Amino acid sequence: MSFAFHAIYWREMVKFFRFKSVLFSSLIQPVMWLAFFGLAMSKSFDNLTAMLPSIPGVPTVDYLSYMGAGIIAMDVLFSSLFGGTTLLFDKKFSLLKETLASPISRVNIVVGVGLSGMTKAFIQTGIIIAFGRLIGMNFFKGYDPLQTLISVVGIFLLVGIFTLGFLFLSGSIAITVEQPEGMQSILTLLSMPLFFVSNALYPVEAFPEILQFLSMFNPLTLLADGIRYFALGTNFSVMGGHYIYTTADIAISFLGLISFALAMLSIVLWRFNKVDV
Amino acid sequence: MTENVIEVNNLEHSYGDLKAVDNISFTVKKGEIFSFLGPNGAGKSTVINILTTLRKIQKGEAKVNGYDVAKESKDVRRSIGIVFQMMCIDYEMTVFENLEYHGKIYSMAKEHRRKRIDELIKLIELESKRNVLAKDLSGGMKRRLELARGLMTKPAVLFLDEPTVGFDIQTRMRMWEYLREIKKEGTTIFLTTHYMEEADQLSDRISIIDHGKIIVTGSGSELKNQLGKDLIYLETSDNKAAANVLRTIESVKGINEDMRFLRVMLGVDATHILPKIMDVVRQNGIEIATVNIKKPSMDDVFVHYTGHGLREGETEEKYEKREAVEALT
Repeated sequence: MSFAFHAIYWREMVKFFRFKSVLFSSLIQPVMWLAFFGLAMSKSFDNLTAMLPSIPGVPTVDYLSYMGAGIIAMDVLFSSLFGGTTLLFDKKFSLLKETLASPISRVNIVVGVGLSGMTKAFIQTGIIIAFGRLIGMNFFKGYDPLQTLISVVGIFLLVGIFTLGFLFLSGSIAITVEQPEGMQSILTLLSMPLFFVSNALYPVEAFPEILQFLSMFNPLTLLADGIRYFALGTNFSVMGGHYIYTTADIAISFLGLISFALAMLSIVLWRFNKVDV
Repeated sequence: MTENVIEVNNLEHSYGDLKAVDNISFTVKKGEIFSFLGPNGAGKSTVINILTTLRKIQKGEAKVNGYDVAKESKDVRRSIGIVFQMMCIDYEMTVFENLEYHGKIYSMAKEHRRKRIDELIKLIELESKRNVLAKDLSGGMKRRLELARGLMTKPAVLFLDEPTVGFDIQTRMRMWEYLREIKKEGTTIFLTTHYMEEADQLSDRISIIDHGKIIVTGSGSELKNQLGKDLIYLETSDNKAAANVLRTIESVKGINEDMRFLRVMLGVDATHILPKIMDVVRQNGIEIATVNIKKPSMDDVFVHYTGHGLREGETEEKYEKREAVEALT
């Protein structure tokens, strides 16, 4: 493994900042989710929550803050799931040929694209946390600066691992399919269960058991849980539900996401070694 | 002492039951421009893909810059530059960025990389376009940028797969000038083309390749000289009979029967023998419609050795099949 992945990373970032429309929409999208969906939903959910008796001794978290974690998870899910499309176009326009004909090993390409996606996800996560604060999302409530710093680092770590996993998945699809339309439909098909069978936007307690069970293995749930652990604390209630996060829970989030990312890495490398130019 | 930069022995390659490359052997000497001349689907791209390690070698042996393409592919890759048949520069990046990216993936140190980019942008005369997006360049400029990219790492061999296909003659001639310039710097050039003129004008040596086989190899003038001093094109009322009659004349080295013409190869100057030829034909009761004297060209060489023009009716279908298979795989 050389440092040639830096070249791939550099190219992806040059183009990310060059296409103003892509740049703008990827920055504005999380803000819109928070501003429109978040504010509207939280108002109605908070009204409902107000009618429920609060659990004594347990801090209540408003729905916006609860959902904020889910919005981060969802936003980076979508951007990384579609992030591999760049490889499909590179393949289609023969741009990949130059890279595949060079002496660098293919893992460099995958890692370069993965890291660029991670950078984009970090920018989006930062925006959500910053903008969320403005509109009343209560992350890191009552934390001292050190705790806040640790939590931010924790969130970014989880987001990073998660993003890599989904970029590898997206890259494997991109390198396998021939048409952008094919990729589009596969991604739409994938994103639906990922998105809804998770606790990103609402608690899973009310799900049928089978969906509850499945949601435990959903990387999106692992990420949302992990972010909540860092952003909201280990013990809180939301919409009448009582949440307790233990060290084991956060360990599961990390380990689950790491295994997911590693599995996807091996798949994308397998697919890449099959590519002919 | 001349050393061989490319050595190929008994190379064979098949796609299913189609033999795209059929037991070919050749060498390319250091510092020369060597061309593969042949129609689309003759197997040129397959050979180039094997030599550049983009395609796994099936049978035979090939060495590039002393490295075995099967066992030392990374070393081969480090030794070569490639200009692909299909345009593949990033249109959304500038001239500079395209070269910078290439230098980076070949792990060139920054100082070295930047110096080389300056040299090459000067060579291809794109100084004023340095920070222009590739999509805003003309077709010829884009191709020059690809040429510069292939030269970034100062390769021992530069491979060009149909470098001027689809360009007008001015653009092509300009491209040839750049290639001669590059040759002067000591780079060995291997190119494939189906333009006779390109092979003839540019190459030190040419291999004519057809149906996966090398038919003949030599310099342009060697190949043309083998067809004799002059050619006479005759159109008569009975080409077949005329050919039979003419074969009896001593200075006639050979005759190709084309669709309409007889191509008569002469060992002597045509001006002296032409009257005799016309007399002999007429004496046999054959009418002569047109006569034309010309010096042998690469087209004639090609027809002479392959027995057909670059593309003719009966072979068309077969070529198309070969071409499609080559493109697909």
